[in-house]
Amino acid sequence: MIKGNKDHAALADIFNQDEARVDWHDETLWFVRAKRDKAANTLSEWEALRENAAQIKDNVLSNLHDYLSEFESNAQKNGLIVHWAADAAAHNQIVLSILKAKEISKMVKSKSMLTEECHLNEYLHQNGVEVIDTDLGERIVQLAEEPPSHIVLPCIHKKKEEIGELFHEHLGTPKGASDPKLLTAAARIHLREKFLTRRAAITGVNFAIAETGEFVVCTNEGNADMGAHLSEVHIACMGIEKIIPKRANLSVFLRLLARSATGQPITTYSSHFRTPRKGQEMHLILVDNGRTQQLGRADFRNSLKCIRCGACMNTCPVYRRSGGHSYHTAIAGPIGAILAPNLNMKQYADLPFASTLCGSCTNVCPVKINIHEQLYKWRQVIVKEGYADPKKTMAMKAMEFTLSHPSVYRNAGKTGRWLMKNMPFLVNNKLNAWYTQRDMPAVPQQSFSEWYKKNNNE
Amino acid sequence: MSSRAQILARVKENQPTLTNLPADLTGMVQYPDPVAMFGSVLDGIGGMMYRVKDYEELISLVKTQFAGLERIISTIPELEELTEKDWQDLPPHSYEDVDVAIIKAHFGVAENAALWVTESLMGQRVIPFICQQLVIVVHKKDILSNMQEAYQQISNAHYGFGTFIAGPSKTADIEQSLVLGAHGPKNMTVFVLA
Repeated sequence: MIKGNKDHAALADIFNQDEARVDWHDETLWFVRAKRDKAANTLSEWEALRENAAQIKDNVLSNLHDYLSEFESNAQKNGLIVHWAADAAAHNQIVLSILKAKEISKMVKSKSMLTEECHLNEYLHQNGVEVIDTDLGERIVQLAEEPPSHIVLPCIHKKKEEIGELFHEHLGTPKGASDPKLLTAAARIHLREKFLTRRAAITGVNFAIAETGEFVVCTNEGNADMGAHLSEVHIACMGIEKIIPKRANLSVFLRLLARSATGQPITTYSSHFRTPRKGQEMHLILVDNGRTQQLGRADFRNSLKCIRCGACMNTCPVYRRSGGHSYHTAIAGPIGAILAPNLNMKQYADLPFASTLCGSCTNVCPVKINIHEQLYKWRQVIVKEGYADPKKTMAMKAMEFTLSHPSVYRNAGKTGRWLMKNMPFLVNNKLNAWYTQRDMPAVPQQSFSEWYKKNNNE
Repeated sequence: MSSRAQILARVKENQPTLTNLPADLTGMVQYPDPVAMFGSVLDGIGGMMYRVKDYEELISLVKTQFAGLERIISTIPELEELTEKDWQDLPPHSYEDVDVAIIKAHFGVAENAALWVTESLMGQRVIPFICQQLVIVVHKKDILSNMQEAYQQISNAHYGFGTFIAGPSKTADIEQSLVLGAHGPKNMTVFVLA
């Protein structure tokens, strides 16, 4: 952890102070997870689709060099201007230079987790460019000056009354109004004005097709399309892992994406951009920012298969009860916890520990990323590299000693049972996190091996 | 070394041993009545489907359903009597007050009620997004069962822009309450021509 920052456990503690809100957050996300199950169960080929998608992504990672070159050359033939950015800073500079060349100081942006990862909004703001996020959830967190707490549902942590208050302050809705229909209608009017007056639009990219040089953007609101089709300049930003080989591969990914994300059969819009509109300039930025490094880590490269559906978050018992902001990184939840340590092992050393390793994330992942196994592997790397929480390292060392010395183990058990029975305050106190929000178990009279020794002889 | 060369070199160095693309899947879902399935999925995502026998019936339905609305545009020659003339070459921003846009789809997909529309059918790219209400016309024989058939149909067709549209623009960003008409059309009507 960087000094002065709070780790996942400390941030989760803050979230957990409001128990009713935690229950609500937990139930809302479980509701989304249940919708995912229902949607998946409508297709008997669901598991075959997941397996197929995973194999396509395996092929992509193993042939990424050629696919990137093929994609670039086809995109250029289609009239796109292709840029390459080694890291977040390079990406942000490219965006700014495109805007400067056109003397544009105000723009709209649809959802792109990559631009969150690169902190593009802050950078542009510092350079005098106003960015309006046009996804409703993203606009809400932008008005609240917060980052998104979920990659698909950016303001899932906010109550409608809080959103009503924000809209009252910024959009002039009546004080106390919190009806989602009314608030959405107000946002529609507010954002239409932005779409109609901004000359540049940024979008993310869900899939980029090597064979044709086109890219696909999926939204429910239509905000990516409103921005792109009304702009003079369209800038699409993508991580290099978003490539798929063939257009026909979309038949697999588009069937999996929305069903896994929200339980919808498909997003309202799945837009395929191939050439710029007449008179429009279309830029595409290919970003590395740590991805080639992750590609080289055999144990973790599978994380690059992610299609950003968010299913692993919705199902995660830790995410649901700790909230997205406790992960202190652009992509929260289980997938974020295996992506972030690649970028900065020290800063995100806590994240792979924010998991029960129950494996539910792996079971719902539409591209079969072995998320919980990677979390477990990251823990080992982080401890080995010396970035683990010192308390944890100490406890693990004590445990290792105890478990490798049978006589110590037997005595430790005996002592523990005696202490818990006669001096419970020694273990059940504020220093022992295991006992916060837990009751003491009844202390057994004897250990299993003592019981076995006795009963086996009879 | 340029960023491009640097990134590509690092990719080449770090990518694992080549694995093959999997074989295409077979035995994808088939519906005995794709049109009925399409209608029921569309209903579930906030759209409405009507079966009509010809353009005459379609025109009379449009007249009653959208009575009193001023700006109706279409790219379908058969609907000329209903719509604004010579609208196609205006700046995209000028369609902001279009009440109803009526366009054709190449085909629809029963499993998700998505309709495939390319630029040539839209007039302008922004039309299906900026209009207040969207109407899409599709032939009954062009309702496919699944997305695999959809991409077989698209094959290597050339388009500058194409999109699958499934229902009206929507959001559930405020406490997961579904609201239709986020930025784009507030509702969507699909006419299936016999």
